[in-house]
Amino acid sequence: MSRVGWLRVPLTVTYVFLYLPIAVLVVMSFNASKTPFTWTGFSTQWYGELASNALIREGFINTMIVAVSATVLATALGTLLAIGIARYFRSAIVEAYSLAPAIIPDLALAIGLLALFSLVGVTLSLFSVLLSHVVFGMAFVAAVVIARLGQTDASLEEASRDLGAGAVTTFFRITLPSLAPAIIAGALLVFTLSLDEFVIAFFTDGPTTPTLPIVIYSMVRFGVTPEINALAALLLLVSFTIVLSAQRITRLTDSV
Amino acid sequence: MTSLLTIDHVSKDFDTTRALDDVSLEIRPNEFFALLGPSGCGKTTLLRAIAGFEDPDDGRISITDADGQETDLLALPPDKRPVNLMFQSYALFPHMNVRKNIAYGLEREGLSKQEINSRVDEVLETVGLVDKAKARPAQLSGGQRQRVALARAIVKRPRLLLLDEPLSALDRKVRAEMQMELKRLQHEVGITFVVVTHDQEEAMSMADRIAVMHDGRVQQVADPVTLYSRPANVFVADFIGSGTLLPGDVGATGFTALGRTLPGSNPSSVSGPAVLVLRPESVRVDGDDGVLDGTVVETHFYGGSSITAVRVDGVDGPVVSRDRGAPRHEVGQSVHLSWSADDAVILEAGSGADGP
Ligand SMILES: Nc1ncnc2c1ncn2[C@@H]1O[C@H](COP(=O)(O)OP(=O)(O)OP(=O)(O)O)[C@@H](O)[C@H]1O
Ligand SMILES: [Mg+2]
Repeated sequence: MSRVGWLRVPLTVTYVFLYLPIAVLVVMSFNASKTPFTWTGFSTQWYGELASNALIREGFINTMIVAVSATVLATALGTLLAIGIARYFRSAIVEAYSLAPAIIPDLALAIGLLALFSLVGVTLSLFSVLLSHVVFGMAFVAAVVIARLGQTDASLEEASRDLGAGAVTTFFRITLPSLAPAIIAGALLVFTLSLDEFVIAFFTDGPTTPTLPIVIYSMVRFGVTPEINALAALLLLVSFTIVLSAQRITRLTDSV
Repeated sequence: MTSLLTIDHVSKDFDTTRALDDVSLEIRPNEFFALLGPSGCGKTTLLRAIAGFEDPDDGRISITDADGQETDLLALPPDKRPVNLMFQSYALFPHMNVRKNIAYGLEREGLSKQEINSRVDEVLETVGLVDKAKARPAQLSGGQRQRVALARAIVKRPRLLLLDEPLSALDRKVRAEMQMELKRLQHEVGITFVVVTHDQEEAMSMADRIAVMHDGRVQQVADPVTLYSRPANVFVADFIGSGTLLPGDVGATGFTALGRTLPGSNPSSVSGPAVLVLRPESVRVDGDDGVLDGTVVETHFYGGSSITAVRVDGVDGPVVSRDRGAPRHEVGQSVHLSWSADDAVILEAGSGADGP
């Protein structure tokens, strides 16, 4: 057996360790039994019950409101931030500070935001969750777009100006399209992050508008139900789809 | 003749480098003007300053239209300047195919679809890329990309076209075709060209006038023949063409080196340490008679002409002579070298070198 073959053992162990819990979760979400430890047969009833659970439905709607708006805002702001830094500031310090929200611990960011909101008198609600998600989402988008800007040639914009295009035309016809793959990848990233973000939402949300992760948290305190397994499996499906398509998009256009 | 483009005492500093140092040039209407110089001497920076992508620290750049109306170029943004620049890096738009890349500049002028299409078709034909019209830049070879960049610049037919090494990536045959095409555009469309090139032969054969630059300074502006036969300083003599630079002194009797007085022209304006420029075409090799003695070390026959390299004691490297027909001397033979005073220029030693 070759050395490479031998290395398969730790690789396999790692994958099992990573994916076993996920596999258990998905399998159990199709379990007919109500207790999580016994298999009594295949059933999709829990997926059906999800839809009729008012708490979950409300949480889902709140989460979608936050995720969609945060994605739109963070993508727009993060893209502008990246272009500003890469084209006009060119300072490593400015760049590092603007990307910090993507790196500093969620808990620190959550506590900081909570302190800020109470200081300036923002009532905690879905809106404050949205603002918080825009903060870190923007940093992620900026990070992805800056990386792309580093690879694109600044003389593209000059060539456009040289050929008679004004600054605005150049931005929409040349700058944005050449960044499109990075912008889309950044947007999808923000959406997935916002979708299941718990810590920051827990700190900055109002009591009457729980997001889905908060709803799930309050439900599992009384034990994991198959319903929650089904919900988690659905979230998993959404995240996987988005991450894979983001990879697809960047790979497709990176070959340019 | 009034000039089309006037570059007046333009300087540009980058942090510690002086990329342009008091550059003044007059580009005449409808001329083919070449910028020649070693890497890093400021050629690209000068073109970028004209096109509007570098702000000179000092000086003026203006363009004069056919009615004699002078416009300050530095006051206009790049998109409003009546010049086009072909970038050294090509700068093709990666998300557009070849046709869209070329049409981009025409679309900005608000021309009709029909006119745009016919002009793009025409230029695609010119650069030989008709079958690549739908390809993205990433799918093209280096030489094909360069031709797209060239097409994108010439399709606009501006009054003044700035080309930064437009033909460097092309093979001999395509390069010759493109050279002819550029000359055709100059004569038939009436475009004025400022072209950067590394290729001396290209500059010599195509340009009406050439500016030689070094360390951000213009060393000499002249037509190719003058540049070659009457270099203004040692840098130009060394950079342009080949030949031997013989160090010596100018005194009362004229130019002296190796203990002899040697023929040369232009000694009046030079005194003290000097350099004599010997071009291969000017040096005659003779068995009996001459002003310098040496030994033949090498001969080469090129069909129509031949060169003979002669080692002269006290001179670094051989003195080369080029002559019609086959070599007339053998390796190892003792020979004498001569030249006429008019064909050998005497220049002040160290002129045109680094620093003022
Ligand atoms: N944006 C810049 N920042 C700092 N220095 C620069 C910049 N652009 C050019 N330079 C410097 O200015 C000098 C002239 O550069 P330029 O690009 O004009 O040279 P060039 O003659 O075009 O050379 P090449 O033949 O290699 O293209 C060089 O020393 C270069 O390092
Ligand atoms: Mg250059």
